[in-house]
Amino acid sequence: MTDGIKPNVWKVGIVAETRTETASGRSILLDVPGWGGNIAGQHADVRLTAADGYTATRSYSVASAGPGDRVQLAVDRLPTGEVSPYLVDDLIVGDQLEIRGPLGGWFVWKPEIDGAEQTGPVQLIGGGSGIVPLVAMIRSHTASGSTAPFRLLYSVRTPDDAFFRTELTEPSRGLDVTWAYTRRAPDGWPRPAGRVTTADLEADAFPASLSPAVFVCGPTGFVETVANALVELGHDPSRIKTERFGGQ
Amino acid sequence: MVGHVDGNVLAGPLSELFQFDVTTASARCVSCGDVATLACAMVYVEPASLIVRCRNCDDVLMVIVQEPDLTCIELRGMAWLQVPR
Repeated sequence: MTDGIKPNVWKVGIVAETRTETASGRSILLDVPGWGGNIAGQHADVRLTAADGYTATRSYSVASAGPGDRVQLAVDRLPTGEVSPYLVDDLIVGDQLEIRGPLGGWFVWKPEIDGAEQTGPVQLIGGGSGIVPLVAMIRSHTASGSTAPFRLLYSVRTPDDAFFRTELTEPSRGLDVTWAYTRRAPDGWPRPAGRVTTADLEADAFPASLSPAVFVCGPTGFVETVANALVELGHDPSRIKTERFGGQ
Repeated sequence: MVGHVDGNVLAGPLSELFQFDVTTASARCVSCGDVATLACAMVYVEPASLIVRCRNCDDVLMVIVQEPDLTCIELRGMAWLQVPR
C-alpha cells in the first residue's frame, strides 16, 4: 500500500449503502477517508461504543479489493452477538462506524508479486459468510485480468443462505464455482445435501498434484475439517491458508 | 465468541503496539519446537484478553491482556519471533 496509509489508526466510516444478502446477513458499503485501498483477503476491525463508554470490537473480512476509500463488509447476524445484530439490523445509510484497517497480510491473494504475475492455480473454499474474503480475491482476479485458474467450492446451508449469490452464479471467465448445500439443495441438484467431505474435495477441488494455493474460510469446525481433508488428499499444509471466524 | 479463531485476528490489536504485521511473523513454540506463522496459531478471545496457543501442541505461546490504561503481553511460550522485512 502507498505511504501515508495508517492501518493501525481508528478511522470513521460513513455508511453509503446496505444490501440484503441473506435472511441473516447483509453487506455494508462504507466510505472510509484514509482507508487507502486493500489487498484481497484482508480484514478490518469494527468498534462500537455504548453510551456508557463500553466498547466491543470485532473483526470482519473485507469483500472489496483494490484502491480507494470505499469498503464493503459483509456480516452474518450471530443471535447472541454484541456487534453483528446491530450491523445487520440497525445500521442505516449515513450512520458512522469506527473502523481500523486494512489488516493482515497473510490470508491474502495478490495478482502479482514484485512485478511477476501470479499464474498458479488457486482453490477457494468457503463456508457461509466465510465467502467474504474469497469474493475479494475473485474480484481482484477479475479486475486484474489475471490468467491464474480459480476454483471456488462454496458450502452453504440452503440456496437462500448464499452471500453474493448473483455474482457467483454468473462467474467471470477463469473461475469455476461448485456449490455444496449442507441442509437443502435445489430440486434436482445432483449432489445430495450434506457437509463437505473428502470425496467432495477430491471431485471438485484442484488436485494436490497441481500444487494449488488453497484458501479456506468459514466457521472454525468447517475450516478444520476441510483443512484436514486436504492434507489427507496430499496437499502440502504450507499451501493451505485458513481463516476461522469461530462458532460451531 | 464460541470456541477459538486463529492468529489472523491478532492483526488489529497488535497493530497498536508493533510496526510490523504480526500475522506474517513466525514464532517457535518453546514447548514442542513447532515453527509457524502467527496467523496459524489458535486464538481464544476472552473479554479482556487474547490467548494464543500453538497449533501443534496447544501450549500457550502468548497472552495479551488489555486493560483500560495498559496492555500486557506475556511471551513466555515463544523461543523467538521472526519478522519478515
